[in-house]
Amino acid sequence: MRHYLILLKHELRMLLISPPTYIASVLFFMLMGFLYWSIIRGMVNAPEEALPSVQFFSVFWIPVFFVVPLLTMRSIAGERSTGTLDTLMTTPASRVAVVLSKFSGAYLFYMLLWLITLGFPLIASKLYPQAASSGALLDPASLIGGYLFLAISGLLFIAIGIFASSVTRSQLVAGMLSFALLFAIVVGGQQLGNIANSSGNLAEWLETTVNYLQIFQHLDDFSRGIVDTRPFFYYTSTAALLLGLSTLVIEAKA
Amino acid sequence: MDSIPSIRVKNLTRQYGAITAIQNVSFTVNKGEVVGFLGPNGAGKSTTMRILSGIMSATSGSAWVGGVCVAQSPHEVKRKIGYMPENNPLPDDMRVVEYLRFRARLKEVPSSQLRSSVQEAMEICDLARTARRKIIGTLSKGFRQRVGIADALLGDPEVIIMDEPTIGLDPHQIQGIRTLINNLRGKLTVVLSSHILPEIERSCDRVIIINRGRVVASGTSDELREEFLPGNRYTVEIDGTAENLISALSANTIQAEILTEEATANNSVKLTLRAYGEGELGPQLIHTLSTSPNLELKSLAPRIPNLEEIFLAATKRSWEETIESKPKKLNAPQSNAPTKEAMSSK
Repeated sequence: MRHYLILLKHELRMLLISPPTYIASVLFFMLMGFLYWSIIRGMVNAPEEALPSVQFFSVFWIPVFFVVPLLTMRSIAGERSTGTLDTLMTTPASRVAVVLSKFSGAYLFYMLLWLITLGFPLIASKLYPQAASSGALLDPASLIGGYLFLAISGLLFIAIGIFASSVTRSQLVAGMLSFALLFAIVVGGQQLGNIANSSGNLAEWLETTVNYLQIFQHLDDFSRGIVDTRPFFYYTSTAALLLGLSTLVIEAKA
Repeated sequence: MDSIPSIRVKNLTRQYGAITAIQNVSFTVNKGEVVGFLGPNGAGKSTTMRILSGIMSATSGSAWVGGVCVAQSPHEVKRKIGYMPENNPLPDDMRVVEYLRFRARLKEVPSSQLRSSVQEAMEICDLARTARRKIIGTLSKGFRQRVGIADALLGDPEVIIMDEPTIGLDPHQIQGIRTLINNLRGKLTVVLSSHILPEIERSCDRVIIINRGRVVASGTSDELREEFLPGNRYTVEIDGTAENLISALSANTIQAEILTEEATANNSVKLTLRAYGEGELGPQLIHTLSTSPNLELKSLAPRIPNLEEIFLAATKRSWEETIESKPKKLNAPQSNAPTKEAMSSK
């Protein structure tokens, strides 16, 4: 635990002094700001059913695909390619502490980025007081649900990135691998659901499994303010599995 | 305490798939010794060191550091070891003092002693005044190396393992690192690897030569000299021919063998002789050569084989025979060994 805190502190410090962090955040805010703006624009032109925050959260996958690989690809693969992983391994710090500190560092930063996007509805409500007073911009249910979804799904996404980073020494390969895995999880789960729905009669157990993987369905529930424990277990258990695997990989490939 | 060797390695074997990196490596290092690990590239030096420091596990065999088994309690062992890996990897964007403090914290230095122990390590490595607040990425190679050594010294280890600490340094810096190692002698057990042979010879009490994953020799350089290159060696420069020299010597009952022959200017030849016989043969040789009629002795010097020659002889021998079939002492002159030596000496 002590090592974990030391490593986490180091990790956060390294994140703060490294330029890629700032590039990733600038890109993230530009993209998300633009998306939020265009959602608001769309609402001005035509009446929409969904709240702007719900629409905003439904495009969460766009930044996930590039921010998560950018944040995590360096973490273990970079240390391995420079050889500093070796020096880390000769200290009494356990491998679990190493992996967890990398994970927590990236996760905290990822969540920080998302929490700052809370500024968008705040700015919008300053600019459009009428919309704000009607409760369209700062709807607590959808905001809390949405951010809760991001926090829980972030566990899995960051764990995917850490795992991809742990299996290789090339940052490029790590980045591509985590992108591919994220794509498979996010889009693949969705497609699986579509196929299952179109074919109609699935066995019941298969249907539950497929529903389990519907990330967009989870988001839909959460951003309506429905907090379900099933997705919560799906994300945390898969994240724990991936982190455990990363620890084993580091142990074996040292 | 003294009865427990700092490092004991028994029948260590490590395989990477079909390739055997080290096989049945056994040796001990006593407390306070400075031991050099010698071997050609890919001999298994780094593998052995990595296993000792607990980064990597062995396929079979066991290793103890300070009486603690590496495989059973790796964390305990890591507290006893300061390890500097090959190429000395360091994070480029940290300051020296920050990095060392971070490492000291990781090595469980109590926070009350953190500052003082980092300061001490920096002073030993001569970093305290010059490079304390510098960013590691901007340091020269010699300073980086020193940061690596300072890091290895942190946390009061019993054993320091350094993989090629002098690689890529200029002679001044090598000198500096040698004095540093000398200062550590007696206090800590130091294991270092290198292929810079004079370096090892000067700074190490004992040498372990490893080749193709096996220990081919171990001992002080005198012992190794005795084992691998026995006999007295002389460099002789004469006016005349080698045949004349041999006949002159055999007339005086000195048994000798010519290892190298090199013609120099003014029809003189420079020879490396290996004389068989106990004790100092120099006066006898001088007498014989200066009194023989068809020779003129121009110079004669005893020739002490350096570690390089021992190394070449030892690694050469291990190509031909495995360590299991190695006889304990090699006394008889080998017919094929001198040819390799002949190639190696200048």
